[in-house]
Amino acid sequence: MTLQSLDIVRRSATTTPSPRARGAHTGEVAKLIDVSKCIGCKACQVACMEWNDLRDEIGTCSGHYDNPADLSAQSWTLMRFTEYENPDSGHLEWLIRKDGCMHCAHPGCLEACPSPGAIVKYANGIVDFHEEHCIGCGYCITGCPFNIPRISRKDGKAYKCTLCSDRVAVGLEPACVKTCPTGAIVFGSKDDMKQHAAERIEDLKSRGFANAGLYDPAGVGGTHVMYVLHHADQPQLYANLPAQPKIGAMVGLWKGAAKPVALLAMAATILAGFLHYIGIGPNETDERDEEAARRELEKPS
Amino acid sequence: MADLTRRQFLKVTGATLVGSSLALMGFSPTPALAEVRQFKLARATETRNTCPYCSVACGVLMYSLGDGAKNAQPSIFHIEGDPDHPVNRGTLCPKGAALVDFIHSPNRLQHPEYRAPGSDTWQRISWDDALERIAKLMKADRDANFVEKTADGRTVNRWLTTGMLAASASSNEVGYLTHKVARSLGLLAFDNQARV
Amino acid sequence: MTNHWVDIKNADLVLIMGGNAAEAHPCGFKWVTEAKAHNKAKLIVVDPRFTRSASVADHYLPIRTGTDIVFLGGLIRYLLENDKIQREYVVNYTDLSFIVKDAFAFEGGLYSGYDADKRRYDKSSWDYELGADGYVRTDPTLTDPRCVYNLLKQHYARYTPEMVERVCGTPKDKTLPIWDLIASTATPTRAMTIMYALGWTQHSIGSQMIRTGAMVQLLLGNIGIAGGGMNALRGHSNIQGLTDLGLMSNLLTGYMTLPNEAEQDYDAYIAARALKPLRPNQLSYWQNYRKFFVSFMKAWWGDAATADNHWGYDYLPKLDKPYDMLQTFELMRQGKVNGYICQGFNPLAAAPNKAKMDASLAQLKYLVIMDPLATETSEFWRNAGEHNDVDPSKIQTEVFRLPTTCFAEEDGSLTNSSRWLQWHWKGANPPGEARSDLEIMGALFVRLRALYAKEGGTFPDPITKLSWPYAQPESPSAEELAKEYSGYALKDLADPKDPAKITRKAGEQLAGFAELRDDGSTASGCWIFCGAWGPTGNLMARRDNADPTGIGQTINWAWAWPANRRVLYNRASCDPAGAPFDPARVLVRWNGSAWIGADVPDYKADENPDLGMGPFIMNPEGVARFFARGAMAEGPFPEHYEPFETPLASNPLNPDQPLALNNPAARVFADDRAAFGKADAFPHVATTYRLTEHFHYWTKHCRLNAIIQPEQFVEIGEALANEIGIATGARVKVSSNRGHITAVAMVTKRIKPLTIEGKTVHTVGIPIHWGFTGVAKAGFLANTLTPVVGDGNSQTPEFKSFLVKVEKA
Repeated sequence: MTLQSLDIVRRSATTTPSPRARGAHTGEVAKLIDVSKCIGCKACQVACMEWNDLRDEIGTCSGHYDNPADLSAQSWTLMRFTEYENPDSGHLEWLIRKDGCMHCAHPGCLEACPSPGAIVKYANGIVDFHEEHCIGCGYCITGCPFNIPRISRKDGKAYKCTLCSDRVAVGLEPACVKTCPTGAIVFGSKDDMKQHAAERIEDLKSRGFANAGLYDPAGVGGTHVMYVLHHADQPQLYANLPAQPKIGAMVGLWKGAAKPVALLAMAATILAGFLHYIGIGPNETDERDEEAARRELEKPS
Repeated sequence: MADLTRRQFLKVTGATLVGSSLALMGFSPTPALAEVRQFKLARATETRNTCPYCSVACGVLMYSLGDGAKNAQPSIFHIEGDPDHPVNRGTLCPKGAALVDFIHSPNRLQHPEYRAPGSDTWQRISWDDALERIAKLMKADRDANFVEKTADGRTVNRWLTTGMLAASASSNEVGYLTHKVARSLGLLAFDNQARV
Repeated sequence: MTNHWVDIKNADLVLIMGGNAAEAHPCGFKWVTEAKAHNKAKLIVVDPRFTRSASVADHYLPIRTGTDIVFLGGLIRYLLENDKIQREYVVNYTDLSFIVKDAFAFEGGLYSGYDADKRRYDKSSWDYELGADGYVRTDPTLTDPRCVYNLLKQHYARYTPEMVERVCGTPKDKTLPIWDLIASTATPTRAMTIMYALGWTQHSIGSQMIRTGAMVQLLLGNIGIAGGGMNALRGHSNIQGLTDLGLMSNLLTGYMTLPNEAEQDYDAYIAARALKPLRPNQLSYWQNYRKFFVSFMKAWWGDAATADNHWGYDYLPKLDKPYDMLQTFELMRQGKVNGYICQGFNPLAAAPNKAKMDASLAQLKYLVIMDPLATETSEFWRNAGEHNDVDPSKIQTEVFRLPTTCFAEEDGSLTNSSRWLQWHWKGANPPGEARSDLEIMGALFVRLRALYAKEGGTFPDPITKLSWPYAQPESPSAEELAKEYSGYALKDLADPKDPAKITRKAGEQLAGFAELRDDGSTASGCWIFCGAWGPTGNLMARRDNADPTGIGQTINWAWAWPANRRVLYNRASCDPAGAPFDPARVLVRWNGSAWIGADVPDYKADENPDLGMGPFIMNPEGVARFFARGAMAEGPFPEHYEPFETPLASNPLNPDQPLALNNPAARVFADDRAAFGKADAFPHVATTYRLTEHFHYWTKHCRLNAIIQPEQFVEIGEALANEIGIATGARVKVSSNRGHITAVAMVTKRIKPLTIEGKTVHTVGIPIHWGFTGVAKAGFLANTLTPVVGDGNSQTPEFKSFLVKVEKA
């Protein structure tokens, strides 16, 4: 599988450029989730756990169909159920959205990640976490406009959907796509998926959903997981899908003005950080290092 | 800087610190050999089966350890839909997609067990013991209660004091053999899940 | 299913009623989404709850549980009054023109011949009028007041849209546009399919609900066509196969029936089933009953079945009454059953009224369980706290629990809802000492046979003489059994037209049931499966998924009964002259000398259509029946009766006849009647159902399923939640007159209160799936609440409509 490493186009916390000679000439991949076809059966959740050898906790019923209650290091995808009484039609709608990593073209997680090679982006568009490099700082969570990555309690590392990069690498579709009983989840080149979406949107418009549309938000450069929504004008109806997701301001800063300041701070605290990492471990770095940073920052300000 | 809170700013520099610490520890700034997870089905044995739950009868592919060699004990570690199957075309519902956990359920029964009258526990018994005792109980009940003729002289040859429920998830072959055995004994109280 | 899963994609309109296909059959439901996406189909869902199916429907209508006949009866009235029927179809292919006996009558909710003491009908008046030629009299103009068309019209005249609103709670202004949409499929070029499941079967009038649906489809000409049909979505992977194989108290294989004790004469038994045509030149295929029966008896008793002993007719037990599950548990409760064997069946969870089940099982001397999993039934004697509060020391039942293989650990075939027999292969060995059911049944029988051979005993012949030709007697193989039920020649078979020509050598597998004979020269354990393992091998294992016509027939994939036919009654997709009603979706057609097409014709293959043979070849009429004659317990036309636990005091359709409140022909045992609750104490209408995340009581043993739906809950509407003052996630107590459960309340907008006869009726949704064994959170068996009363014909328990009270826990 080493060929995949050559297809890495971006790598977290790495300044040297990735090899770029090869590209996705037959198109980047995308998963399209047609919410209007989804019956919320959770087959995708099961197929995801089964393929990826995950088993979440057996939880409780909170009075909702959402189970488990939230994404976790063991649940990389989740159906979120919303009962919506449409004021225009007077009809009840059960809006069910499969939540999970959107595989952004500009991944906020990758931008935010301070650990070299813990987050990579492949030429085909998949954004993947490499947990062996993850230090568990949680910055990917802060960087993510969709609130997706989760830190495992077992090993303190961040996990999320890989778009089944191990399957895609050998030419298969992701497990959730394959299993989806109604064909609500489809997979292919991003161009093909947009075309498929256009047909679906036309069908939905013919059934009275005038605002049906594609969710492929520009704020993150577009995504490799897209939605067809019956109400594309109101994405927030679908369990608070962000209307205009953007990479957080502080993540953008890493690339801009804060970087020299940070580098300065970094120079003074390398030793402290190093000792801390060796002595306490990655779970604790966040708080302690912030403490060190605060001391350093107080001088220039 | 204006819309950056102090806390966010600290977070950025904190992140920086972590990265730099790691670099100091020997993490190379040049790309490491990042790899996707190994594809786990590469040489697994594939067996075709049918989902045992509902009546859609989705085709499934079962992947097991070993290549069939005599010394290898096959164990199914993954199941997914059969893409050639005309109905499910590779898809599986949340039950079918979880079949591997049925096969490996901690509640799979492992050996014959017996619960004595009034007891609150199981005790393990051998197959021979179990089958012999069941056969004797059945024969004793049949011999004692089988009705060959009614009071008004009609030949009825029925055994009403023992009954059976057959499984509608078992195969046609099991069902056929079960019916053959049950009716040859004269059972009438014989049903399957078709009524529920 | 008359049609099959993939065929649903050919539909223009899909009606899901009495089922929730998206929830219970997601991968089959994909063909609904295909029809919507690629055939511009519309989906209508009618259900007491806004279900997962409703979530992707174009139209959803609420309905009170148990009132489907009123809704569909209203639809029949609408179609007849507005003449939205496919006239060429109904005149030629149904009994609408048949004249009914003058003595037949319907008054105040009861049909002619009712005996209130026996709760049974004398059905002699429920029949057609015969002419001097011995055939049924007909009036193709449909003007005779006694023709079925006019009786039907008269019967459903009371089922007005206003009545539908009063009884079902479905608002008239929402109903009429839907009926109009359904009526659009009366044209030959539009097809509607009906998909139903236990939402129709689990009522005391379930069979009649299904008949009403079938009547709608007949009026619209939607039976026998691609994209049409009455499609029963069966619940289990092989419930179709086990029923086909006759594993029911009253059946033999292939829908042959066991003799009643009055049928002492073999020839009379055959004659009563080998029905003669009721109209000229009809095939009336059951005329071949003797061939099926003799071949069956030869498969079971081999050389011991001879013409002299009527092929072993006396070896078969004779019925004095039905011995369905409800009857058996009643007898068990009375202490009249000593032994019981549960092979992959969990009746403590699956049968109604758990308290009665506990009491019944405790009466047994011995109980044998064969199962891959630790079922509740196997541990009915174990105290599991509030979930199974019993005292083991007082239960004297001996229990044997035998571990079995699961699907992955055995070869064999399953029959799906499409009637496809599909072969599957073993992928691993079972855990521990588990054995296949074939090994267990084989070893048990061999032991019993040895005991009878050694010790003798009561009537040993059917046991000692049972044909048992298996290479390993204690472990018959799936292949051996498949060949046996399919069938083979016992002698060289000569061509009846040319006796010098041998068509099958002795021992050769038969290609189909047309080769069966009544002289003992053929054996076939199940005539409708004949040909599944034919002379060319195991057709159930075929894997050619080619679909040359594009309408999804794939006739070389596996094998379908009967005769590899994929759409039943497909002859009815053509006009009387044999030309397809809809040239865009041709199943079969007459080419001048034969019937050809994408399917195996459901007709005599070379029958010139001009000779008038009808497309419903199993019926002696040759046509489909609106008028059921004596086939149903409660009457020839479906009539609405309230559930046995109803929120109403009288049946709005027959308010003056108390006997017509509930199904007058349903069997109710006295103790079960005493356990019914009344609306004053139990004011809420409950219905039980499956969730998509689970399969009955199995998947709570599977961690992945437990993760996605871990804990027992009940669904209640916001209005009821407000009334009792609880929020979603709170615990509630749900009681019926038989017991109570507590569970998490899921408060939802998807269940709305209905206005029935002017009063507010709340529906409570009770998912099954939880119990006191498994890896999911322990819960109550939902059948703690359910009443014991079955459908008048099938004895399927009324799990879909009963009364409860919901309160804060």
